[in-house]
Formats: sequence, C-alpha cells, structure tokens
Amino acid sequence: MGKKKLVNYSKYGYLFAIPFILTFLVFTLYPICYTLILGFTNQEGAIPPKLKFLKDPLENFKYLFKKRSSGSMSFFLESLITTARIWIINFIPQLTLALLLSAWFTDNRVKVRGQGFFKVVFYLPNIITAATIAILFKQLFGYPQGPINDLLKNLHLIKKAYNFALSKTATRAIIEFIQCWQWYGSTMITLIAAVIGINPEIFEAAEIDGATRWRKFWSITLPSVRPIMLFTLVTSLIGGLSMFDIPQLFATGGPDRASTTIAIYIYNTAMKKPYKYNRAAAASILLFIIIVTCSSLLFYFMRDKDAAKMKKLKKQEIKRAKLAQKGA
Amino acid sequence: MATNDEVMLSKKPEKIGTSRKRDSIIFKTVIYVVCTILAVLSLWPFICMMVNSTRSSIQIMSNAVSLIPGKSLMKNINILKDLKTFDAMTGLKNSFIISASVTVLTVYFSSLTAYAIYAYDWKLKNAFFALIMGIMMLPGTVTMIGFYRTCYQLHLTDNKLILILPAIAAPMTVFFMKQYLEGALSMEIVESARIDGASEFRTFNTIVLPIMKPAMATQAIFSFVGSWNSFFLPLILFNKQKNYTMPLMVSLLNGDIYKTEFGCVYLGLTVTALPLIIIYLLLSKYIVSGIALGSVKG
Repeated sequence: MGKKKLVNYSKYGYLFAIPFILTFLVFTLYPICYTLILGFTNQEGAIPPKLKFLKDPLENFKYLFKKRSSGSMSFFLESLITTARIWIINFIPQLTLALLLSAWFTDNRVKVRGQGFFKVVFYLPNIITAATIAILFKQLFGYPQGPINDLLKNLHLIKKAYNFALSKTATRAIIEFIQCWQWYGSTMITLIAAVIGINPEIFEAAEIDGATRWRKFWSITLPSVRPIMLFTLVTSLIGGLSMFDIPQLFATGGPDRASTTIAIYIYNTAMKKPYKYNRAAAASILLFIIIVTCSSLLFYFMRDKDAAKMKKLKKQEIKRAKLAQKGA
Repeated sequence: MATNDEVMLSKKPEKIGTSRKRDSIIFKTVIYVVCTILAVLSLWPFICMMVNSTRSSIQIMSNAVSLIPGKSLMKNINILKDLKTFDAMTGLKNSFIISASVTVLTVYFSSLTAYAIYAYDWKLKNAFFALIMGIMMLPGTVTMIGFYRTCYQLHLTDNKLILILPAIAAPMTVFFMKQYLEGALSMEIVESARIDGASEFRTFNTIVLPIMKPAMATQAIFSFVGSWNSFFLPLILFNKQKNYTMPLMVSLLNGDIYKTEFGCVYLGLTVTALPLIIIYLLLSKYIVSGIALGSVKG
C-alpha cells in the first residue's frame, strides 16, 4: 500500500490490564478453583492426607444435607435458614425506613431542616468497625449489669435484669436490629439520590392534578426508584449471606446455634477441630452458587436497555460506513 | 409567584388554607420526632461507650447509664496497659500499614485497569469487563477455604503482604472508575498528548490521573475504611498477636480477663472507634455524597 503504518494502541490495553489479571488469577480465580476441588476430596484434619478424590465424589455435599441422628435438619440447612431469617427480618424494616426517610427528605412542599446533620448521623454506624459494634452491643446488653438492663429498670419496664444472651429470640432480634441500624442510613442515602434524579416536572404535573402526598409517593417515587431498590436488595442479600462479624462476636453463633450463619458454619467447620476443609469447601461452593444466581438475576433486571439499543445502532452505522468506503 | 398564591388563597374558602397548613405542621412534627428518635438511637451507643470509658468498673456496675463522664480515664488506661492483651498501638500500626497500602494499590491499579478498558480497543476487552461485573459482588467467604489452604501450604500466613497484594484487583473500584472515565475524559485530550510524543504510560500518569482525582478520593475513602474494618480474612490468616489488626484486637476484649473490667472494655472500644468517628466527621461531606455516586451509577 505504501502507507505509513498506524501505531497499534491495542497492546497497551493488554499491558495496562496485566497487573489486575495476574492478581485476579492468583488471589481470586485460583482459590475459587482450589475450593471447588477441595469440596470433592478427602482433605481434613490438622495434617491432611495426600490429596485424593473421594470414591463417591458428592459425599461432602450429601453430608451437608443429611439429617442429624436426632432426626432434625442438618447443621448446614439450619445455618442457611438462620442466615435467611436474620437477613429478611433486618431488610424489611431497613428498606421501609429508608424509603420513608428518602420521601420525607425530598418532599418539595415541606423542607426538612437539618437534613445534612440527620444524614451524617444516620450513616455513622455504618462506618464503625463491625467488630467494635458487636462487642459494644454485647456490653450494652450485659447481664446482670448493663446499660440496657439499667435503662429498662430505671423506666420500670422490668423488675429484674433480663439475660438477653440466653434467649434465642432475643439474641437474633438484637443481631437483626444491629444489621438494620447499621445499614438503613446507607440505603436511605442511595434512595435519596435516586429520588432527586426523578424529573421534578412529573411531581409538578401530579400536584396540578391534585395528587396527595401518599399518591405521589406510591405512583411516582416508588416505580421510579425500583431499579435502585433492586440493586440495594441484591447487594444487601449478598452481604447478608456472608454475615459473620456481628453474630460471631456478639453471640459466637449461639445460644444453641441460634445465630450460626453460613459464614460461621464454614469457619467453624474448617478452622476448628476436626478441621473438615473438604466439607467447608463444599458448603462454600453451595454458597457461591446461591450468590452467582442472585447476581445474575440482578444484572438481568438491571441491564441498561437504552445502552444495548445504542450499541446495536452504532454497529449498524459502522457497517454502513464500511460499505460506503468500499463503494468509493 | 407569592402574590399569585395569596390571590388564590384569598379567593378560596379559608378552611382549605388552614387545614392544609395544619396538615403540613403535623407532617413536619412527625418527621422531626422520628428523625430525632433515630438520631438518638444512632448516637446513644457511642456516647454511652465514651462516657463509660471514663468511669471506673465499680461506678458502671452500680449504674451503667450516665451522661456525666467520670474521673477514671487514667486508671482505665493503666489497667488496659497492665492486662497486656489488648494492644492498641500495635493494632493501630498494623491496621494503618495494611489499609494505607491497600488504598494506594486499589486506587492506582483500578484507575489503570479502568483506563485500559475505556481507552483501548482490544480483543478480550468485553469478556474481561463481563468478568469484572460477574465477580464484583463475590464475598471473601466463598474463596476463603482455598485461599487459606494455599497460604498455609506456602507458609504465607502471618504475612501482611497476603492482605495487601490482592488489593491490586478490586473489581468494584474498576467498575466505578470506568463509569467515571466515561463522563470525565474525552479521548481528544489523549490524542493531543500522543501528537506531542508522550508515551502511553506517561499520558496516563500525567494527564489521565489528575482528571480522575475526584473519583480517586471517593474510592480511597471507601477502600481505606473497608480494609480497616475487615475482620474475617485477618482472623483466618493471622495467628501471631504482633500482626493483629484493630478489629482482631477488639475481638480480644471478649476474653475472660476483661469480664469484670467494664471501664477498660469501654475504653478499648473507644480507642478503636474514635479515630473512625473523627475521620468520618471531617470527611462526612465527601463520604455521604460518595455513597450516592457509587450506587446510583451501578
């Protein structure tokens, strides 16, 4: 052709992505694969035997679902239900509260003063180390002496100190409260940004039509923030499924396994005697499958339909341009 | 507008105007009452913690709820030092080394990776980006067993680098950075740098990075806090107490020797929470706006 060759920049794309790719391969992909393999092997005990696949490759998985000798459900399923329960009971009030507050803070008729202060204060618990919060609450709910017991006694709500740590329901309720308390501020701020993004003209039009506050919330705000709500839902679900710090440090998974989440189950199985790495790996794989299913659902619902259309149009345009060039 | 409203109001029967006003006052009162209750709920545990850290264990035993600070702060500090289990200085030092390195690596390499996706056309680019989206949400719990066994076999447990190096690949940050680049960087700037003869790597460091500063600041805050607060990974990877990060140090306060030393436990908690509270109050403007930025784009 005789033309001067253009500089090919694409190699820099590979070059700049290499650190990420290498780190990803070593610290994420390899551990995932290794975990996957371990789930089918005989690796257990403080000094595990030579790595061998089990005769029945699904033995570890079967164990996870096998009923206990007492006839009650397996520890794994029990922890799965506990996790789901703690998450749901924390998430419903969390989302309700966040929605309510975001509707209040964005109301164009009633300007709430001190919004900045409230936002900062509501988000505060989220920034503090979960480990610190768990132990702080353990102190607050202390027995026989503790701030909550003293407070309830001073208010004459109870006569004798109550031992929260012995009650399954109370322990779970406190963990659910902590989760909700730590996260509603974050959810609220996300939702406020979404509500602000709604075209104000829609609200104005509704007001001219005489829509009530409730009607505006129900018919405009809620449908508009649905994608963001879904995003919050799934990120919260994934965070909830791997909940560890608070139930572990607040109640060490107790009393009587009432707050043993999947993460605590995996941790106890692998890191405590008799060190069943294979069984813990199998549980991790199941958790992984649950999480991947949830994430893909998220991306299915959240996919940007407009962007996909634009991409298609762009491709067609490029094709047309190429054809035109050939013609010329 | 105001005069218009007044005309409208004067024309309407007075009842509607007053009932609307009353409605608005009730509405406002409800909002302030609920918000005040929530604010008290958010603050009270921390105030209680700080006040009790200045009171002696005997005072706390007789009445644990007080808003008046006591005089036993020095005594509690000495007890905490004497018991020698909870070592705040070591915890702070380790946490700071790890979190600062993690932040630098995450922010720099995520920007670089995002730029690689944004600015260049390469064959596997789309597959690579899809992969990043796919693993973005993966929690450490899932890979923990394989990660721990590998580190154990390679004798890498109790090595700070094992918590620092993985920060180079932070999918969530890459995703955020790429979103930011799409809005902030036009390729014309890059082209003109090329014409001036700057190398690609130099262009990134001297032209692209300064443009990304606002996004880098937000991501730096979140990755620092995330790393500082992380408990699960250090728990399984660190056995020696000299390597303990702050959350691991805190977990020691659950130990039996602190069972009756209430003032001392509250003090330990305060020591771990106070730096975060102060940093948060100083940076709250950026943090609060950053949360919204990060999520709405997702």
